[in-house]
Amino acid sequence: MANIRHSVALTLEKCKGCTHCLQRCPTEAIRIRDGHAQITTTLCIDCGECIRTCTYQAKRAEYDPFECIQDYKYKIALPAPALYGQFDHLDDINYVLEGLLKIGFDDLFEVAQAAELVSGYSQRYLQREDVKKPVISSACPVIGRLISIRYPDLVANVLPLHPPVDMAAKLARIVALKEHPELKEEDIGVFFISPCPAKVSYLKDEAEKGRQLVDGVLSMGDVYKRLVQVMKREEKPQPRSRTGCIGIRWAGSGGEAKALSKHRHLAASGIENVIRVLDSIDNDTLPDLDFIELNACPGGCVGGVLAVENPFVARSRLLYVEKNMPQAVNWDFSKKPTNTFVPGDYFLEEQLTYDPPQALDDDRRQALVKRMQIERLVNELPSLDCGACGAPTCRALAEDIVRGLATHDDCLMLGKFRQVNKERSV
Amino acid sequence: MSDIIQLHYDVDGTDFAAAGEASMKIKKELRSLGFPQDVIRRIAIAVYEGEINMVIHADGGTADVNVGLDEIEIILADTGPGIPDVEKAMQKGWSTASEEVRNSGFGAGMGLPNMKKNTDEMVIDTEVGVGTTIRMKVYVA
Ligand SMILES: Nc1ncnc2c1ncn2[C@@H]1O[C@H](COP(=O)(O)OP(=O)(O)OP(=O)(O)O)[C@@H](O)[C@H]1O
Ligand code: SF4
Ligand SMILES: [Mg+2]
Repeated sequence: MANIRHSVALTLEKCKGCTHCLQRCPTEAIRIRDGHAQITTTLCIDCGECIRTCTYQAKRAEYDPFECIQDYKYKIALPAPALYGQFDHLDDINYVLEGLLKIGFDDLFEVAQAAELVSGYSQRYLQREDVKKPVISSACPVIGRLISIRYPDLVANVLPLHPPVDMAAKLARIVALKEHPELKEEDIGVFFISPCPAKVSYLKDEAEKGRQLVDGVLSMGDVYKRLVQVMKREEKPQPRSRTGCIGIRWAGSGGEAKALSKHRHLAASGIENVIRVLDSIDNDTLPDLDFIELNACPGGCVGGVLAVENPFVARSRLLYVEKNMPQAVNWDFSKKPTNTFVPGDYFLEEQLTYDPPQALDDDRRQALVKRMQIERLVNELPSLDCGACGAPTCRALAEDIVRGLATHDDCLMLGKFRQVNKERSV
Repeated sequence: MSDIIQLHYDVDGTDFAAAGEASMKIKKELRSLGFPQDVIRRIAIAVYEGEINMVIHADGGTADVNVGLDEIEIILADTGPGIPDVEKAMQKGWSTASEEVRNSGFGAGMGLPNMKKNTDEMVIDTEVGVGTTIRMKVYVA
């Protein structure tokens, strides 16, 4: 099992041990033990659902403190396009870019700019003959993790291209070194302004695998608070932006897919919808499609737990700011691609692999025996799925018992259930 | 200790969209038990084709799966119209599907041959007016 990082954590003192997150977690990764939530790391996909549902703010996202940018001489911000949706009545994204320079960055590279390039190359990639369809977007890291633990037949469908943030980080460094020959590599600090904890985990994971793309991942909410203090919007800002609508639309569900309008595509967002779509692809019950965009957060990246504004408001603001923007700046999307060339830099170094959570038993005979025991236990348990035992469902408790992680006594309702059954049969 | 686990699924004949549910559940179950991916894939295809046939050509039916260590047995049973000529039905491209069914992407006459191709044993027991039972086995290498 790969030892992957997580950026969703628990503040122990705040957790009351209630069952809200338990029943919302799409992979049943949470158990309540010793009065508080515990996350099984091999099952957690960093979707942030538990952060959204926690009434006591006990679940939190982890990211780097803003001050960490001070460790570098030349600080470059990589704003995710969702950032532009956080401000009221914004008619020019250059206000935001100027704001970033005011709060301490020396330079910036818009992730939306890289997104246009990734869209362009994705178009070409989809034209290739040998591609397994439907191609599934690689942009949301939650989707990659979900596929790698649950859908062995779909790992080969995932777009093998780097998501925009990776390319923005690579390009930002190249441009900075070219424009400032006096800088040394180690002077440059590249910081992603992230809407979600999943991107934090993803980028830290890449660094651990020897691919240090960024030097820190900041919270969009944190940066937002600083930006609103300096964005006075009195004078017209300098035109710094190098992106068009195609790039910034990646912030919302459907944006990436729309850029591939020459192909048959589908977009879904929200983890439950995503699972429905993945199940249909796995089961081959979808109509023929070329491309599928999936975002774990409702509404797309604007729905990330580190964003400030409600995703629907953010989407409407993005539509507003789009009005004054060109369609695209980095690619000509009006023509169908004439070749299928994609530069090597854009390809992921490692293809996604299937990495299932622990089987019931490594020995298949034992696994079958345990599976029978689970079935027997499920019939004994009251089928209330109340969560009082600390497991999300009676079946999950049965499985925990068989795995040696829980006991019958954890079921608080069993005595009562037996009593009722006895009375019924009398 | 041959069939240790018995799984049972009802296939609803009125719901086109629900066809494929049994094969999906079986697939998940076999994955959690750690069966080889190739075995799972073949079983999923066989069950899926059988399910679709029960929805299109009969009024639904049942899917039973007996999961053993060395082999997995699938029994698909319906009380539909039965198949008058099994030999013909087994031929690639032979289909009695209506125009309407063909327009929705089925009826290529490939289902039964596909089931045969993906399983190690397949026996069709059918009687016109009574129903059809198809037993298939996949050996686990
Ligand atoms: N369960 C069944 N009950 C009655 N007739 C069936 C049943 N299954 C198959 N048949 C008959 O056998 C024929 C061939 O079945 P087969 O699955 O090979 O093709 P199809 O269902 O017509 O098309 P396809 O499977 O390619 O969508 C069917 O057209 C139908 O007449
Ligand atoms: S982040 Fe998502 S997968 Fe991880 S524990 Fe929370 S709800 Fe479960
Ligand atoms: Mg058929």
